[in-house]
Amino acid sequence: MGLESYLLVGAVLFVSGVVCMATKRNGIGLLMGVELVLNGANVNFVAFSRYTTLGLDGQIVSLFVIVLAAAEAAVALSIALNFYNNHLTIDVDRGDELKG
Amino acid sequence: MTYEKILFFIFAMSACGGALGVVLAQRVARMAFWLIVSLGSVAGLYFMLHADFVAATQIIIYVGGTLVLLIFGIMLTATGPHVKIQTSPGELVMGAAVGVTLLFLIQGTVRSVDWNKAAIVTSGGEFQQNEGQGYNPTGQGNTIRPLGMALLGLRPDKDLGAPEEAGLSSGYLFPFEIVSIHLLVVLVGASYLARAKQRTRPTV
Amino acid sequence: MNFFPIATNIVDYLQDSVGLTNGLAMVLAALIHGSLLVGIFMGTPVVWIWGERKIAGRIQDRLGPTRVGGRFGWLQSVADGIKLIQKEDLVPPAADSMLYRMAPYMVCVAAFGTMMVLPFGETWVAVASDIGLYVLVAILSLEVIGIILAGYSSGSKWSLFGGMREAAQMVSYEIPLSLCAIIPITVAGSLNLVEITQLQSGWANNWLIFHDPFVLITFFVYFTVATASCKRAPFDLAEAESELVGGFHTEYSGMRWSFFFMGEYAAMFVVCAVAAILFLGGWNSGIAPLDAALLEMRALSADGSFQPMSYLSNAIGMGILISKGWALVFVQVWVRWTLPRLRIDQVMITCLKYLIPMSCFLFLGTICFPLVKFYFSAQWEPVMENGKQVEINGEKQWDLIDSNTSIWAPKADKWAKPNISAPAEDVETSQLILPNSTPIDDGELADVDRQVAGGTR
Repeated sequence: MGLESYLLVGAVLFVSGVVCMATKRNGIGLLMGVELVLNGANVNFVAFSRYTTLGLDGQIVSLFVIVLAAAEAAVALSIALNFYNNHLTIDVDRGDELKG
Repeated sequence: MTYEKILFFIFAMSACGGALGVVLAQRVARMAFWLIVSLGSVAGLYFMLHADFVAATQIIIYVGGTLVLLIFGIMLTATGPHVKIQTSPGELVMGAAVGVTLLFLIQGTVRSVDWNKAAIVTSGGEFQQNEGQGYNPTGQGNTIRPLGMALLGLRPDKDLGAPEEAGLSSGYLFPFEIVSIHLLVVLVGASYLARAKQRTRPTV
Repeated sequence: MNFFPIATNIVDYLQDSVGLTNGLAMVLAALIHGSLLVGIFMGTPVVWIWGERKIAGRIQDRLGPTRVGGRFGWLQSVADGIKLIQKEDLVPPAADSMLYRMAPYMVCVAAFGTMMVLPFGETWVAVASDIGLYVLVAILSLEVIGIILAGYSSGSKWSLFGGMREAAQMVSYEIPLSLCAIIPITVAGSLNLVEITQLQSGWANNWLIFHDPFVLITFFVYFTVATASCKRAPFDLAEAESELVGGFHTEYSGMRWSFFFMGEYAAMFVVCAVAAILFLGGWNSGIAPLDAALLEMRALSADGSFQPMSYLSNAIGMGILISKGWALVFVQVWVRWTLPRLRIDQVMITCLKYLIPMSCFLFLGTICFPLVKFYFSAQWEPVMENGKQVEINGEKQWDLIDSNTSIWAPKADKWAKPNISAPAEDVETSQLILPNSTPIDDGELADVDRQVAGGTR
């Protein structure tokens, strides 16, 4: 248990998020993938803050990431709702036409 | 400390398991549930890292705020009860292959770094062996005062005696203000995007 | 984060006096204190399900339960529990069975998790975090996820409506709840629930509720918001029987249904205990000699040894805190059976149009109150005019005609000495804070400025 264990957890979260973004067809599923990626990065930041001399910078950056992720989720969700209004589905594969 | 190891193992397993659950689940609501498990366990990991404030913020904003928003989104965009949008098996296999490759790549990179060497750093112009150092080595989670001071440019965790560090800095105050403006803009923008509109076609 | 500070004393006792090994002693200590917490978690619903029936009966001019367990029907909750265990655990075919099964546990875990940071005594707190209140509010906000999942996964329109209403209500009421909780925090200057309570020792007028009029009003606003946030009447729209059958738990039966109730009663107790800690002195009895005696008893184990008297003192403190919390729970029950239920739009309007602006105003008022109080209570005198100290007839006076650049300051004895543990070079900084001591010319001021700038690095 040390820095590398936490980095492994962060890596698993990151990779799960990337795979989730790549394979899911549901718009909200994509959003969950983004959240996982951000969390993987956050775990690394806080672990570096604990085990290296990054100090409080790591924690502050992770706080900013959390707050901005909340904002990003709100915007992405409203985009998803708009998509649903226009296409009557949340399947992102259907969004292949370039008109509003 | 054995109980720390046990706690780390529990939290790490449920964080990774939750993340895999998000990838493998087919129903969106279940994906949201696994995401809750995963993010909640990440908050537990932050507690283990003595970053209490980040952990509590993770719970209150991510789990209590963002995920409730996501579940609302799932409810509002569901065409039937418990909506399922299948991923084709070919895509899933390809995704798994890419994921495993990426994981090995990242893990290989992490392994290739000698973290003990990296922990020897300059502090106040002198080289120091950084064994067991880093922030909060004593197991105290009292991070709220240092975090508040760091936002204003005071860094209790850094060596203040270093001459090149002299002179005022605003710390993270400016990014903090930018974030607050950003949140306001997002609030307005999101409510504009999601405002009630006439549907193009009647709901099925 | 300080894991298990309460357990260390008893671990040492079990190791040294009883002669157990370290691991066994830790496990035993954890079991003792864990079962204490679970006892409070389980005991609150057991007492209050019976209590609520009894109070409701009396308010409606009935007797309430009378038969089970003798005169007052005090075994009614146990009988209810046995009945619920026997019931069939149904999962509707339309439900998402995994989420449907998980949701009650999530509600329960969220309510129970808050007890992790809730201090029942000065050293009786499972996790003594310096951001105790923040963690508590954060964990309490997880309850909404269990409810919304229960509503969605049941596959029933009543459940869905109930879940949506409940989620909207709880998310909205989190804002005034946090704002009201911030107010005693600003007064106490700490988020640590133990420190906040220690501040309120002595006679009852030291309690934060009597600190100033704004905090007094805040207590009532907080109590209203807390009632709403644990979905009690008159804000119980989520389970409005007359319109929504049972709200989000329409489809639930048996033990899973009772988990929701355990969570609800535990959440009621937790918000009331937080109110007791923030406003009503926590484990302090409000009687100064008694508190002093209890403090002395606790101080016996300051060296880390296990002392039965100190243990007893903490147990008494816990009793005081729990009785304060239960007194507030009683008021919630009383309100439930007295007031009619609000409409859902009225519930949301109460929060967004009245309670949030009110708590913002109270927050500002609490911040400004010490300044206003100080302005009127201090004796003011002039100390500087155009950079020079005013001196007329051998006394410092103020010439009202030339009032362009001047500094008025309260008399020195009215200032509380600033508690700055700064190095000796900062002595001149304190002259800025105590302007009555010596006249300061511009050059010195600039020096001080530089030193302040250097000091804050």
